[in-house]
Amino acid sequence: MHKNVIELKHINKIYGEAVKTQVLYELNLAIQEGTFNSIIGQSGSGKSTLLNIVGTLDQPTEGEVYINGKRTDQMNKEELAVLRNETMGFIFQFHYLLPEFTAYENVLMPYKILHGKVTKEAEQRAHELMDLVGLEKVKNNLATNMSGGQQQRTAIARALMNNPKIILADEPTGNLDSDTTETIYNLLRDINEKMNTTFVIITHDRRIAEKADRIIEIKDGRIGMDLS
Amino acid sequence: MKLSFQIATRFLKSSKGQTILIALGIAIGVSVQIFIGSLIQGLQKSLVDTTIGSQPQISLTANNEDKLILDYEKLLQSIKDNEDQVIHLSVAADGPGLIAQEDNTYSILIRGFDIEEADGIFKIKDALVEGNLPMGENEVLVGVGLKEEANLSIGDELEVLANFGEMATLTITGFFNLGVSSLNSSWTITTLETAQEIFGYQDAVTSINMQVTDVFAADLIADSIRERAQDETLVVDNWKAQNEDLLSGLNGQSVSSIMIQVFVMISVLLGIASILAITVVQKSRQIGILKAMGIKDRASSLIFLFQGLLLGVGGAILGVLLGLALAFTFTKFAVNPDGTPVVPLFIDPLFIGFSAVIAVAASVFAALIPARKSSKLNPIEVIRNA
Repeated sequence: MHKNVIELKHINKIYGEAVKTQVLYELNLAIQEGTFNSIIGQSGSGKSTLLNIVGTLDQPTEGEVYINGKRTDQMNKEELAVLRNETMGFIFQFHYLLPEFTAYENVLMPYKILHGKVTKEAEQRAHELMDLVGLEKVKNNLATNMSGGQQQRTAIARALMNNPKIILADEPTGNLDSDTTETIYNLLRDINEKMNTTFVIITHDRRIAEKADRIIEIKDGRIGMDLS
Repeated sequence: MKLSFQIATRFLKSSKGQTILIALGIAIGVSVQIFIGSLIQGLQKSLVDTTIGSQPQISLTANNEDKLILDYEKLLQSIKDNEDQVIHLSVAADGPGLIAQEDNTYSILIRGFDIEEADGIFKIKDALVEGNLPMGENEVLVGVGLKEEANLSIGDELEVLANFGEMATLTITGFFNLGVSSLNSSWTITTLETAQEIFGYQDAVTSINMQVTDVFAADLIADSIRERAQDETLVVDNWKAQNEDLLSGLNGQSVSSIMIQVFVMISVLLGIASILAITVVQKSRQIGILKAMGIKDRASSLIFLFQGLLLGVGGAILGVLLGLALAFTFTKFAVNPDGTPVVPLFIDPLFIGFSAVIAVAASVFAALIPARKSSKLNPIEVIRNA
């Protein structure tokens, strides 16, 4: 029996003060360590909100969130920052690299945040990760001087830098062509198998979703379908 | 901390135009401050120097019956021993006299000095325009004014009638120009012994004169001399008591100069604060990502404090150079017909250092607002509004 690396209990999320909009309703979800999960659903169904709550970037209005066995909805901002840095990697649709830094420096950034100093081993690891995602040639390019696919691969290498337990991705291939999309997914799958990293990926692409171990459909703030 | 510094420098480098603009803003503020400060200080120095630079700043006289200080050696020794600030200590034996030349009579003031000592105060050597200093007995220096009026030349003998009816014959050894026409036509300078002889002072003097290192402390030093002397008949005077108008003028100048500098600094401060506040908005995406990756609020605010510090240091260095260049240009181009600067600048390293430190402190202070904003920024707002 695998242990649950993510556990959500009775999550309600309501936006707005005057006009209240409920996005998530009594949502329960447990995700096992080392699995590759995809979340699908229509726009506005609440899947991004769900991912942000899992990623501790957003707080649930009600309910409990457990990451790696630790309850996070009661942690303070500082504890959450450390938790995010050590156990989670984020891959967003719009890449979100730091344009002032080179690809290599972007990959090293989570390590610098965690340790302050960069060791020889860390540099070695950053180079290995960049080789893994196929960025040998553009390591020293500024983030703005790379193609969309290269930027996304940089973001993946960066997400892996601190060897996190969980990778959260919100439509990581949303604005990439289908060939690149295929390559990126194969890459993520490889990493999942090699490093036993848990993946939670939001995608619109059914073909991609079907390759996952588990498909979770969010419909109107509730889990509509859960296929393993 | 190191990471925050690194990110700060990278942010500054990535928007070079903006960085240069802010640094230039600070630099101009600092340079104006240094220039105005040096100008006002120079103006005051030269004003003080021309007004009281060639006259005693503290003088001791006696108000006893014959207006003589008898035991002056003891007094001199006591001042030398106790007042470190006193420079150019010198005694004088003065007395009025009349000279008859051709058909005219001229009223003069005979001043007997130890020439070497008195030179420190009156700059007699610099004032000498013709001839030599009086060295021996009955030798005298005459002002250029009297020279013109009485048509005198070197080697002439003056018949002097002292106020006690004594007659003396003095030989002119040279002429001086002290730059003040009343002195040039009334003073004659001779040796201490000659004057004591003419007026029958024996071993007494009529005044003790001195200058001090810090002219604005003259009143305090005068008080201290008065207290120590414990002599009712001794009158201790200082330039501050005699020049109250000048003092209040100088004060007004200092205050207005400080006001200008304060307002220049405030406007620079507001400029930096507003531009840095904009950079937080510009960089909010980056801050959001960094926070999603786990950078702490403190570190994220440090980024902007470091930016303020770096801009402040860069701007201050640039400002000092610019200010000195401005001052140098001013002394080169705003000159009198004789080539001397209209206002000699006073470059005070301490004042310049102080201005630079103020600018750096102000820049860091201005960065507090954006730093706070950065600390409060919630990453979800950036992620959600992609």
